[in-house]
Amino acid sequence: MKTSESRIHEKLGILADAAKYDVSCASSGSKRKNDNKGLGDSTGMGICHSYTEDGRCVSLLKILLTNYCIFDCAYCVSRKSNDIKRAAFTIEEVVELTINFYRRNYIEGLFLSSGIFKNADFTMERLVTIARKLRTEHHFNGYIHLKTIPGASEALMKEAGLYADRLSVNIELPTEASLKTLAPDKNYEEIFTPMSYLSEAITEYKAEKALIKSTPLFAPAGQSTQMVIGATPESDKDIMFQANTLYQQFSMKRVYYSGYIPIGGDERLPGIGTPPPLIREHRLYQTDWLMRFYGFKVNEIVSDEHPNLDVDVDPKLSWALRNLQEFPVDINTADYAMILRVPGIGVGSAQKIIAARKFGKLDWHQLKKIGVAMNRVKHFVVCSKQDVLFGDLTPGAIRHHILSLGKSKYTASYSPQLSLF
Amino acid sequence: MTQFIYDGTYTGLFSAIFEVYERRCEDATIIKGQNLQALVFSENMEVCTDPAKAERVLKGLRKKVSPECFANIYSCYLSEIRGMENTILKFVQYVFASRKNIEDNYGNAAVLDIAQTARKVGREKHRFEAFVRFENIGDRLFYAPIDPDYNILPLIVPHFRRRYADQDWIIYDTKRKYGVHYDQATEQVHEAVIDFTASGTDLAPTGISFDPDETLYQELWKNYFKSTNIPMRRNMKLHLQHVPKRYWKYLVEKK
Repeated sequence: MKTSESRIHEKLGILADAAKYDVSCASSGSKRKNDNKGLGDSTGMGICHSYTEDGRCVSLLKILLTNYCIFDCAYCVSRKSNDIKRAAFTIEEVVELTINFYRRNYIEGLFLSSGIFKNADFTMERLVTIARKLRTEHHFNGYIHLKTIPGASEALMKEAGLYADRLSVNIELPTEASLKTLAPDKNYEEIFTPMSYLSEAITEYKAEKALIKSTPLFAPAGQSTQMVIGATPESDKDIMFQANTLYQQFSMKRVYYSGYIPIGGDERLPGIGTPPPLIREHRLYQTDWLMRFYGFKVNEIVSDEHPNLDVDVDPKLSWALRNLQEFPVDINTADYAMILRVPGIGVGSAQKIIAARKFGKLDWHQLKKIGVAMNRVKHFVVCSKQDVLFGDLTPGAIRHHILSLGKSKYTASYSPQLSLF
Repeated sequence: MTQFIYDGTYTGLFSAIFEVYERRCEDATIIKGQNLQALVFSENMEVCTDPAKAERVLKGLRKKVSPECFANIYSCYLSEIRGMENTILKFVQYVFASRKNIEDNYGNAAVLDIAQTARKVGREKHRFEAFVRFENIGDRLFYAPIDPDYNILPLIVPHFRRRYADQDWIIYDTKRKYGVHYDQATEQVHEAVIDFTASGTDLAPTGISFDPDETLYQELWKNYFKSTNIPMRRNMKLHLQHVPKRYWKYLVEKK
C-alpha cells in the first residue's frame, strides 16, 4: 500500500471511530431533487445501506473533520485530556471520500462533525466549506448533515443551512446541572442559542418558499439533537420532559438518546466494563415514538408517581395496565386515537382496522390476519358488545401472562445469570 | 375446473384474466407454463398473450382502484410467488363485482393478501436500493450484480436513474439473467445483455478490468464499516435481522 493510501486509512479509522457515538443516522425528510443532472437525490425515504454488528444503521459517512479539541467534556472520547491518537482530514479528502462512497451506493451522504480547534467559527467555517464544495463544485444532491458548533456566528449557521439537509446541536446531557459538572466549557444557553436560531430560520424559509418558489432550501430535513443517558443520575422523567420541551420549543425533527458507553478516565462516570443501558435506551425511544406518533402526552407515560419506565414491559403496555378503566376497546366502534392506544396494535394495523371496518364488522379472525399482536390485544379489545374479554384479569395477572408468553430479546444477551434457572 | 396457462409475462397474465371473463369460467385457475402440473379433473387452456385484451382489463382496473393499488398488483406479480396469479384473479374479480372501490376492505382475504404481498415486495425493493454495490469497472462505468428474492429490478430502476444521472451504470440480476444499463449521454435505460462465459463468474462482465481506485475505495469502505461499530453494543441477532446472510455475497463490507 502506498504511504498516502495508508495515511487516509489511518485517518478514516480514527475519525470514524470518534464520530460513532453520535447516533443520528437519519437520511430522510429532505426535498433535494437531482434537477441539475448532478450526483445524487435526497427526495425519497431514508435508506440504511448497511448495519454494524451492533445492529445500528449505516446510512451516512459519519466522520469528524478532526478529533483535536480544546474542550474537556468528561463523557467525550475526544476530550483534550484524553491520551488518544489525533488526526485531521483535509477538506479535499472529505469531499473525495463522500463522492466516491456515494457513487458506489455505499451511503446516502455525509454526516460531518468535528472537535473544536482554535474556536467555534474557525471550525464551523471548515465544515461549511466542505458542504459548499460538494454542492456547488460537485453538484452533489445527496444528504448532508452538519453539526452546528455552539458559539459559531449566525452568518456561518445561515450558510450551513443553505447547503445542509439537516443541522444539529447536541444538548449532550438531560439537565444543565449535569452538563456543568461534566462539561465545564459548555452551558445550556450556548446550546439553545443556535437551536432557536435554526428553528426560526427553518420556519421562515419554509413560509417564504410556500409563497416564492425560487427561495432556496434551508435545512429541509430540519434539526435534531441528542443526549447521553446513563452517565448522569437523571430519571426517565427528567429525560423525557427535556425531550418534550425540545420538540415543542425548537420543533426538533428528532431527539436521540445515546446510552453511555464507558470510556474510562473519570471517576464521576460509570467505569469501563459497565454495560451500556441498552434496555433503558430502547424504552426511551419507545416513549419518544408514543409521543410523536401515538398521541400520548409525556406526563401520561412518566410522572412524579412513575418517574422511571418499566424495564420488563414496553411503555404502552405499562400505560394500559395502569389505566385498565379505559378498556376494553370495541374494535368496531372506537375512534382511531383509542385504537392506537391498544397494546399490540401499531400505526399500520390501526389504519387498516379503520379502513376495513367501513365494509363490515371485523371479527377476531380478521383482526389476527391484519397483523395485530394477539397475545396482547386479546386482553384489551372486544369485537362486539356481546364479546367477552379474554379472562377478567387484574393488571398484575395480564402482565404476568404476557411476560410468560415470550422471552424478552434482552434477557439472553444481557443477563446471562437468568439462564441458570 | 379450467387451468389457464400463460407465458409468465404481465401481459400474458392479464390476457388470461380476459379469457376467464370471456369464457365466463366459474372455477378458473391461472398458472405459468413452466409451473404446469397435470391435474386429473382439470381442463387445460393455453392462453395467447394479447396486449389489446390485457389492456382492456387493465384499463377497467385503473378506473376502479387507486394508482397505489394498481401498482400493488404489479408488485404482487413480480413476487413470482406460486399461486399469486390466483390471488390477483380473485382480487380483480372482486373489484369488478363491486360498485364501490373495495381496495381497503382488509377483511377480505384477497385484498389483504394483495396488500401484504405488495408490502413484502416493497420491502425487498427498498432493501436493494440499499444493498446494490457498484464497482467502477473502468471508463466510469459502474456495475452491480444483484440476486433478489423477488423480481424487483424493474421497481428499483427509477430510483437509480434519479440518483446516478451523471454516471453510466448496469444493474444485473444474476438469478434471472437480465440487467438494465443506464447511458448517461442519452439519459436512457435499456436491457443489458452480458456474456459471462469467458470469466465464469457473475461478479464482473468479461474482458473489463477494474478501475485502479476501485480496490482502494472498497478497502476504505470496509475499514469505515469496522471503525463505526461499537463492540460493547454487539447484537448479532439484530445485525442478521437487518442484513440477512443471503444478501452478503454482493456486499463489499460483508463478503
